[in-house]
Amino acid sequence: MRIRFTVNGKLRSYSGSGMKRLLDVLREDLSLPGTKEGCGEGECGACTVLLDGQAVVSCLVPVAQVAGRRVKTVESLGRPDRLGPLQEAFLAEGAAQCGICTPGMLMTASAYVQRGGRADDGAIRRELAGNLCRCTGYQHIVSAVQKAARRGTARRTRRRA
Amino acid sequence: MPAVNKVVGRNARRREGPDKLCGVAKYVDDHALPGCLFGATLRSTIACGRIRSVTLDPAFPWHEYVVVTADDIPGANYVALIENDQPLLAKDRVRHLMEPILLVAHGARAKAYAALAHVRVEYEEEAPLLDPEQSKTVFKTFHIERGAVEAALAAAAVVVEGEYRLPHQEQAYIETNGAAAWFEADGTLVTLGSLQCPHYVVKALKAAFGLPEEKVRVIQAVTGGGFGGKEEYPNVICAHAGLLARKAGRPVKIIYDRHEDMAATTKRHPALVRFRSGATRDGRLVGQDVEILMDGGAYVTLSPVVLSRGTLHATGPYDCPNVRIRSRVVATNTPPNGAFRGFGAPQTLFAAEMQMERLAQKLGIDPLTIRRRNAIQAGSTLPVGQTLRESVGARQALEACAKRSAYARRARECTRWNRSPRRPSWRGIGLALVHHGAGFTGSGELYLGSRAAVTLTRDGELRVLSGSTEFGQGTTTLFSQIVAETLGVPLELVTVETPDTARVPNSGPTVASRTCMMVGRLLREAALELRAAVTASKSPFPDTQPALKAAARKLCGDAPAKRFEAVYRKPDWVSWDDKSYTGDAYEAYSYGAMAVELEIDKATFETAIRGVWIAADIGTVIHPLFAEGQVIGGATQGLGYALLESTLYEGGVMKNARFTDYTIPTTLDTPRMDVVFVPSPYSLGPFGAKGVGELPMDFPAPAVAAAVRHAISRFVDTLPITPERIASALGKDAAA
Repeated sequence: MRIRFTVNGKLRSYSGSGMKRLLDVLREDLSLPGTKEGCGEGECGACTVLLDGQAVVSCLVPVAQVAGRRVKTVESLGRPDRLGPLQEAFLAEGAAQCGICTPGMLMTASAYVQRGGRADDGAIRRELAGNLCRCTGYQHIVSAVQKAARRGTARRTRRRA
Repeated sequence: MPAVNKVVGRNARRREGPDKLCGVAKYVDDHALPGCLFGATLRSTIACGRIRSVTLDPAFPWHEYVVVTADDIPGANYVALIENDQPLLAKDRVRHLMEPILLVAHGARAKAYAALAHVRVEYEEEAPLLDPEQSKTVFKTFHIERGAVEAALAAAAVVVEGEYRLPHQEQAYIETNGAAAWFEADGTLVTLGSLQCPHYVVKALKAAFGLPEEKVRVIQAVTGGGFGGKEEYPNVICAHAGLLARKAGRPVKIIYDRHEDMAATTKRHPALVRFRSGATRDGRLVGQDVEILMDGGAYVTLSPVVLSRGTLHATGPYDCPNVRIRSRVVATNTPPNGAFRGFGAPQTLFAAEMQMERLAQKLGIDPLTIRRRNAIQAGSTLPVGQTLRESVGARQALEACAKRSAYARRARECTRWNRSPRRPSWRGIGLALVHHGAGFTGSGELYLGSRAAVTLTRDGELRVLSGSTEFGQGTTTLFSQIVAETLGVPLELVTVETPDTARVPNSGPTVASRTCMMVGRLLREAALELRAAVTASKSPFPDTQPALKAAARKLCGDAPAKRFEAVYRKPDWVSWDDKSYTGDAYEAYSYGAMAVELEIDKATFETAIRGVWIAADIGTVIHPLFAEGQVIGGATQGLGYALLESTLYEGGVMKNARFTDYTIPTTLDTPRMDVVFVPSPYSLGPFGAKGVGELPMDFPAPAVAAAVRHAISRFVDTLPITPERIASALGKDAAA
C-alpha cells in the first residue's frame, strides 16, 4: 500500500502495511524519532501529533487513515538554536525535566495555543489531561502554556489593531 | 567564595533543554544502530517451581533468530548487586512470575516477540509464598534501640497503637526500560541504556561476561525518567542485550513495552508497620516502638538498603529518648522490589506521622502544636545516637508551612463546614513533617569512594566529568552552576560530559539525594584545585573564552588537557559503626512540611484536593526553579501514592500492569502547589546545599491521611485512600 501525506509541510510517501501505526511510520520510515512511545494504548499522550491541526495519539492511528492529510510533529516547532515561542516558554518555566513526555505535551499545547486557548489554569489542565508527565507535577507545564497563550492572545490583538 | 553568587541561586536555562524540546535528544530507542536486532524476553508463567524442560518448536524457522539461554552466559549467571542471588536467566527453577528464562532476537521487533509463542516451557509447579508475614526467608534485619522503651511506654500518660499497610508503587517513568548493546572489534562490550547508574551496570556486565573492567563500557542515553526504577534494573536488561549481541555478532536492542515494564520490573516495597507511641500529658514523646516488615520479592536486589533507610527514618523528625526499631525484609514469590524515590522512608514516615495524629487526637492537642513540641533541632539526638550539629530546618519548615497555608484558620473553617449535615462534602486539612538523609547511609559514602573531575583542555574548554546522570532532575545544569560559580566564569564556558564509563570517573550511583550534596561537593573541590593551578589565590580566574584559552595553553603545555579530580573524604566528625548500627547515619538531612486541604464527596467518597502548601529546607537552593520542580513533581508522585495508585497483585504478579488500569496523577488530579524554601545551609554542602530529590515523596501520603482523618474523623491506615477505603472506614458498603 502506498500512502502520501504531508509531514511538517513536506509531502512524504510511505509504502507498506496500511495498519502500521503512524507512530512507527514517523519514527522508523520517516526518521522522525522526536515523537515518543510511552504506553502504546493511547493513555499517556507521549506520541501526540497534530493531524489536520488536531491533537491525536499516533500510537492509535493506522497510517492508512492519514492519506492526503497533514501531520505535524515536534520537529516542526523549532530547532535547538531557534526555539519556537511555546518551546521558549517551556524552557523558561522549567516545563521539561526528563523530556520524554515533552514532544507530546508540546503538540497538545500547540493545538490549544493555536486555536486561541485562554491562559486559564483550569482550561489548560483540562486540555492537557490526556498527557501524562511523571516528573513535573504539571505546574510548570501549565505555567508555560499560560505564558504562550498570553503571548498568542497579544499577537492576535496586535494583528486586529 | 565570591560575595555575590552570579550563577548559584539563579534559574539557569536547562543545558540539555533545547534538544529535549525539539525532539532531537536521543533516548535509547531513538538511536539507529546499523544491522541492529531487537530482543524479546521469554518469562516464567508460574510463580514458583522447577523448570523441567525448555523446548523450541522444531517446525519454527529458528535459523532466522538468535536464541540465548542460561547456557550461553560466558561468565556467572547472576545479576551482580548486593547478593548474587538473582539469575540473569532462570535455568533450573523460577521464583516469580515474569522471571526471564530465554531471550530471542530478530531484525523485526514484532517477529522477536511473536517467536516467544514457539517456545514451550514445562514446569513442576510448587505452591508460591505470597504473604510476607508467612515468609521465613529473611533478607535482612535491623535492630536499633536507645533508652528503655518498654519502661517509657509503661510510664507514659498516653500510648497509641497503629498498624499501617503500604502497597507496591510503580515508578511509572514515561520512557520504559531499554538498552542496546554491541561488541567492538577489540572485544569491548558496549551498552547504551536508559539508566541511572552506569558503574553499577559495569559491575554487572563484568561478572556476566567474565570481562575485565577495561573491556566493558556503559553509556547513558538520554533517560526518560527513573525515580529509582532505573537504578538497579538496567543491570538486567543491559546484560540481556549484551548476551544477545554476543551471540548475534550484531547490535541488539531491548525495549520493554509498558505492560512488560510494569509487570516484570521493580516496585516500591510494600510494608507493614506496627507502631506504639507514648507521650506525656502535654504531648512530648517518651517512647516509640516500631516493627517494620517489608516485602522484598523473590530476590535481594537493594532490599537491605531500602530497609536500612526505612528503619533510620522510622520515628520521624522528632525527639524521643526511648526508641526501639525492629525491621526485616523477607522473600516472597513476586517480582523483586527495588529502588523508588524515598527508598523505604515514605513507608515508615507515613506510619510515624499517623502516630503523631493519633497522639494529637488522644491528647486533644492540635496536630501543629504536637509537632512543634517534638520537632528536632540542632543538638537533638536521633535513635541511632547521632547528635545533629547544624543545618536542621525542621521547625522552620513546619512554621513556614503553617503560616503560608493559614493552617489554624483553615482547620477551624473545615471543622465548621463539617458541623453542618447539609453540606455535600466533608473537609479536612492535614499536616506532615518529615526529614530525609542525603547521601548513602553510614559508611556507605566511604565504601563508594566517589570521584569527580573538572578538566581544562588545551583549547580552553572546561569539562565536568562525573558518573552522575541526568534524568530530569537537572544534574547537568546544576553541575555547570557549581563549577562556574566556583571558578567565577559564565555558565556557558562549562560543559558536562555524557556519562560514559570510558570517559568519566565513578561518582557513585545517581540515587539517595546525593548528587548535589556529595558529587557537587567533589566538583567544587576539583574546581578549586583547578583554580589554584591556574591563578594565584587573589587574582581572578580567566572568565572569557580567549583568556581561558591562553591560560589553558600555559597550564597544559604539550598535554591535550589537565584534569583535576576530587575523591570523597569522610569529614572528621562523621563516625558510624556498621555492627551496632549507631553513629552519624547521614551527614545532613533535608526537612519538609506539607499541608493539604481536601474535600470528600458524601455521595461518592471521592477526594478532591483543595490546596497544597509545602515548605522545605534543602540547604542553599542552587537552582530555585528546578528545586521547585523536584518538590512539586515528587509531591505529585506522593499524592498518587496517597490517593490513586493501586497495584492489583494476583497470584504474585501485577495484574493491572498498564496505564489504562494503573492510574497516575494527571493534570486534573494535581492541584497548583505553593512551595517555599527555608534554607538552613549545610557547611559541607556545595555552597551550603543538601539533597532534594526524595524528600517531597515523603510528606504527601501522611498529610493526606491526616486531612482525611480531619474530614471524616476516622483513620485510614492503608494506602491508597480510595473511595472504597473511605466508605469502609465509615462503615459503609461502597457497593451500596
